[in-house]
Order: sequence, then C-alpha cells, then structure tokens
Amino acid sequence: MSKFLRSALVVAAVGTAISALAADLSGAGATFPYPIYSKWADAYKKDTGTGLNYQSIGSGGGIKQIVARTVTFGASDAPLTVDKLDKDGLVQWPQVMGGIVMVINLDGVKPGDITVDGPTVAKIFMGEIKTWDDPALAKLNPGVKLPSAPIAVVHRSDGSGTTFNFTDYLSKVSADWKSKVGSSTAVEWPTGLAAKGNEGVANTVGNTTGSIGYVEYAYAKQNKMTYTKMVNHDGKVVGPTMDAFQAAAANADWAHAPGYYQILTDQPGAGSWPITAATFILLPKQPQDPAAAAEALKFFDWAFKNGAKAAEELDYIPMPDNVVGMIRKTWASDIKSADGKPVYEAK
Amino acid sequence: MAEAALSTVAKSAAFGQVREKVLRRFEIGDQTFHVLTKLSAIAVLLLLGGVILSLVQGSIPALSTFGFSFLTSQAWNPVTENFGAAPAIYGTLVTSLIALMIAVPIGFGIAVFLTELCPYKLRRPIGIAVELLAGIPSIIYGIWGMFIFAPFLQATVQPALIATFAHVPGLNQVFAGPPYGIGILTASLILAIMILPLISSISRDVFNTVPPVLKEAAYGVGCTRWEVMRSIVAPYTGVGLVGGVMLALGRALGETMAVTFVIGNAHKIYPSILGPGTTISATIANEFTEADGKLYTSSLVALGLLLFIITFIVLAVSRLLLMRIEGKGAR
Repeated sequence: MSKFLRSALVVAAVGTAISALAADLSGAGATFPYPIYSKWADAYKKDTGTGLNYQSIGSGGGIKQIVARTVTFGASDAPLTVDKLDKDGLVQWPQVMGGIVMVINLDGVKPGDITVDGPTVAKIFMGEIKTWDDPALAKLNPGVKLPSAPIAVVHRSDGSGTTFNFTDYLSKVSADWKSKVGSSTAVEWPTGLAAKGNEGVANTVGNTTGSIGYVEYAYAKQNKMTYTKMVNHDGKVVGPTMDAFQAAAANADWAHAPGYYQILTDQPGAGSWPITAATFILLPKQPQDPAAAAEALKFFDWAFKNGAKAAEELDYIPMPDNVVGMIRKTWASDIKSADGKPVYEAK
Repeated sequence: MAEAALSTVAKSAAFGQVREKVLRRFEIGDQTFHVLTKLSAIAVLLLLGGVILSLVQGSIPALSTFGFSFLTSQAWNPVTENFGAAPAIYGTLVTSLIALMIAVPIGFGIAVFLTELCPYKLRRPIGIAVELLAGIPSIIYGIWGMFIFAPFLQATVQPALIATFAHVPGLNQVFAGPPYGIGILTASLILAIMILPLISSISRDVFNTVPPVLKEAAYGVGCTRWEVMRSIVAPYTGVGLVGGVMLALGRALGETMAVTFVIGNAHKIYPSILGPGTTISATIANEFTEADGKLYTSSLVALGLLLFIITFIVLAVSRLLLMRIEGKGAR
C-alpha cells in the first residue's frame, strides 16, 4: 500500500517535471516513428534552438493526451476516422511512412532465408500452425530445412499502431482472422507471448528460440534480427527494402482520402511490401495556445523540407511533395486561432 | 536584612516573569509541532482515502457493465470492449503461491542455519549477503530473467520437466509443452528469488525472540537440534513465521516490473504452468497508457481495485499475526 502511494507520488512528481520542461514544444504518441522524430528534433534544435519533448508512449496514449489537450500535438500510427476527428476537434495528417516486418529466431536461419505469406502468418498467430515444419511453411520454403520446433508467437502487450496495421493486414488476407480477431490497436490474441513496445517484441523474439513477431523495420535492422521475406498482394516474393516500402507507399491516394484516412497494408504492385504504414500527427483545430501550435507546425514544416534524408537513413519513407503541398493547405484552412486566422503560414 | 529580602523577592518575581515567557514560548512551539505532525498523519489518511475513492469511482463503469462476471470471465478483447479479470487474478495468485512454495522452505532453512547452526564468524557475512538480495531493484531481476534466466530455462529445465512428467497423468497437463522460456513458471521462480531475503530475514528475527533458556533447557534434557527446532522454536514462533510469509506474499502479489518481463503477458488461463499468463499489476503496467475507450480504462482501474483489496487483506492478516508474536516477545 505504501508502495502504491509512493509510486503515485513519483508519477505526480515526474508529471510536473515533464510539464515544466515542455515550455516550448511538447508531443506524445506512437513508438513506431520515435527514432526519426528524435533525430529530427536533434537537428531542429541545432538549427533553430527550439527543443522538442516527444514522449514515445504509444499511439493510444498520444490520442488520449491530445484529446485532453495536455500536449501540443499527438502522434498515432492508426489514423482517426473523420467522425472521431470532428468529435474531438482535431486535424490529422501523415508525417512519414515505414514498413513493418516479420522477425523470427531460428537456429541457423539468416535474414531473408524464410518466406511467409499473409494467410500463413494469420494461421500462425491464431495458433493453428504450431510447428516450423508445418506443410504450409514447407511449401513456401522449398529447399530450406525447417526444424520441427514449436512456434512461439510474440505480439504487443500494449495498444499499438504497429498492431493496428499488422492486424489490419491479417484481416485483409484472412477472412478467419477478420471474423474471429479483427483489427485494432489492441486485440484479443488467440495465442502467444506479449511484450511492451517495439523494443519489447524485438527483445523477446531475440531471446526465445523458435519465436516469430512483428516490428517496425528500423528496430529489426538496428537489432540485426532475422527478418523474413513476404508474399505480397500480387503473389510476388519481396524482401523488406526501401524500394518495396516505397512501391507500396506510391499507391496511396491521399487526395481522395478525407482526413487523410489511409491505410497502406496489402497494396497492389509487383514490388510492394505488404505491411507498409503511415504515421500521423494530430493537432487541435482551434489550439488553446496558438503560439505553441504554430511552433509545432513550424517544426513539421521544417521536417518536410529538411528531414527527408534523415528519414531515408533510418529506412522511413518521406511523404511525396504533392502530398506535402496538400498538407500545407490543410494547415492553412483548418488550424485557426480564436479570431479565425490561420495559426501558421507555410512559406 | 529587610532590604535584602525585598530585593530577593523582586528578583524572583522578575525571574518568574522571564520563566513564564520562556515557558509560553516553549508551549507555542510544542503546540505548533503537535499540529504539524498531526496534519502529516492526517494527510496520509486523506491520501489513502483519496486513492480508494478514485479507484472505486474509476471502476464503476466496468463493474456495472460486466457485474460479477468481471471476476470470472476470461475475455480480454479491446476490439469488442469485453473484459474479464479471471486470467489476471489467476496469474497473480498462482505465481505468488508457487513462489511461496519455493521460497518458504529455503527461507526457513537459511534462518535456521543462521540462528542455530552457523559458526559466529559466518553469521554476519551470510546474513548481509541475503539482505543484499533484497536491495536489488526489481527491474534488474526482470532484465536478468529475460536475457539470461528464460533462455536457460527454455534450453534445459523446461524440456526436462516436460519429458519427466509426459507419462504421469495429471502432471503431464501441468507441465505440458512447448517450452517458451518465459511463462508462469519463470515468473514464479523470479518472484521466489525476490521474496527469499524477506522471508529469511523476518524468520531469523522471529527465531531470535525465542528465550535462550527454553532452548538450553531442551538441549539440557537431551533434545537433538531437530527436536529443539520442531518442538520448541517452531511452536513458540509459529504465528510470527506465518506473518512473515504473508508479508512476503504481499510483496509477491504486487510485484510488477520483473514479472512483466518474464510472464508472457497473455490474457489466457493455460492448464500448464509453462504456458504464458499475466498478473494484475503486469496488465495495468502494460496497457494503461494505451487504453483508449472508457470501458477499457475502467476495467484496468477495476483490476487495480481488486489488487488493492487482495493485498490489503494479506497485509492486514500478516500485521495481526506479527502483532501477536511481538506481544509474546515483550513478555
């Protein structure tokens, strides 16, 4: 009990410390784009002197905090529907795109050695395929010696935009998954171990022989994990490369997506990576502190202009120029201070 | 003479005034101190009351939606907003009980060795080493458990367990594969290591309350060490030992970080203790920041309330038992 009180006090103290620090620019949300946001923030601070305090607490937390208006901006990998945006008075736009990959841990198997397809992954994550030498996997991997070891499924324990895109993909490729599990930032998992955050899944897969999990590509790359190739919408086998992510991203029709609601999983195209995702920024339509909102928009504008190279270095895909143009128009028309003037003019 | 007497009277009157002033100042100081300490004590009560109130208030939506089935349901589905606490309650109780089953005999053994058998030179070093275990932050246990202990279990202990009990009816369900490394058993083992110092140091202190006369008398009539422990020390300290164990149970029930790392965080009740599971505190730690939707958040708060009630009962019982042994020691 005293322990509980103590931790409550600590949380309160940390909370005040964070709000004290966040004098200039504060945001919270998705862990998926955290590596690139922190890199941008670093460069931006050197450029302009304005610091960014981004709490990578997960998409659900980001949405919660921006709805409560405790941060200047929220970040989410799962786009909000137009209804929800209107209800909470928010504007949303995609900031950057990336890929989600399957990672495995099998003795003697190197990155890209094994190929999986959507329906097989769905069956593995439903607990229907239990061992690595299952006929479905053997058929996809002729010539690869698969052990008879049991499969340990690893998924997220917290709500997550990565999970949203992953389960969305599985719902698209497996009717069974769609009816029994569905897609959301957190679902009722039929089987498996769970870990917190992209980092947690990466660590658990790394430490559990025979396991399979899903993480954002940067985490797989930085931890030198064994990723798989995948069969895409067109039935072609693709590896997780910048080109494959870009091919999928190029399909997106942002101009005809109200509220930029666009999910990039299972895109057509011979070279498209099947689980590609955009990550979104949320800002109030009428910010309580227009100056802070303008600062945030200035930062994201700067990132659109100067951040593409840093994004590519970390294997994220920058937004195409025409989409950036549309987003700037959205800023001018939708984000206004109390007197009806746009809070920020993009130059 | 008269003058002298007068001046003494005047002097003592003046002295009396000064004394009164000083005394009054003391009194004001005393009263302020009294009020300040009283306020701090009340503040603790207010905080506690506030925590209980907000827990109850926060859990009303979940409890009114699901009713009693919240305690028995195995569902945990954020998509359809259908939640049940059974897997978390099960995991919390089972991991704590297995941890106790392992830590209690070892803890008592350490305490008996330290109070009865150990040469004096070794008592302090061993005692300190055991207590140092208690000083290791739980996150360290979690990281060690995940990176070193779990892979070790997956490769060695768990396959051996599965093979050993494969043909024993009943037990082959309890130790059914596949070996994941992390799971209920691993979490229990980590918890056992964490509560071991608590049990051994409390039982050592309790053993020390036994009056030496009693033990010496028993040795005097020819009792063996085992007989002294069993027939003199154990009955004399029984209640206190149980109190210490309950205190350890309280710690095990609420432990969060180390368990989250190694339990697998699965909202399911598997018959096998090698399977993954979850505990109340691990669920809250994992999902609170991300819980969107009123019912989701409320269900997590309701889990917190359940944990509060469980630990409250355990701690209250342990306090009662410890109070009884303390009364005995003072007599």
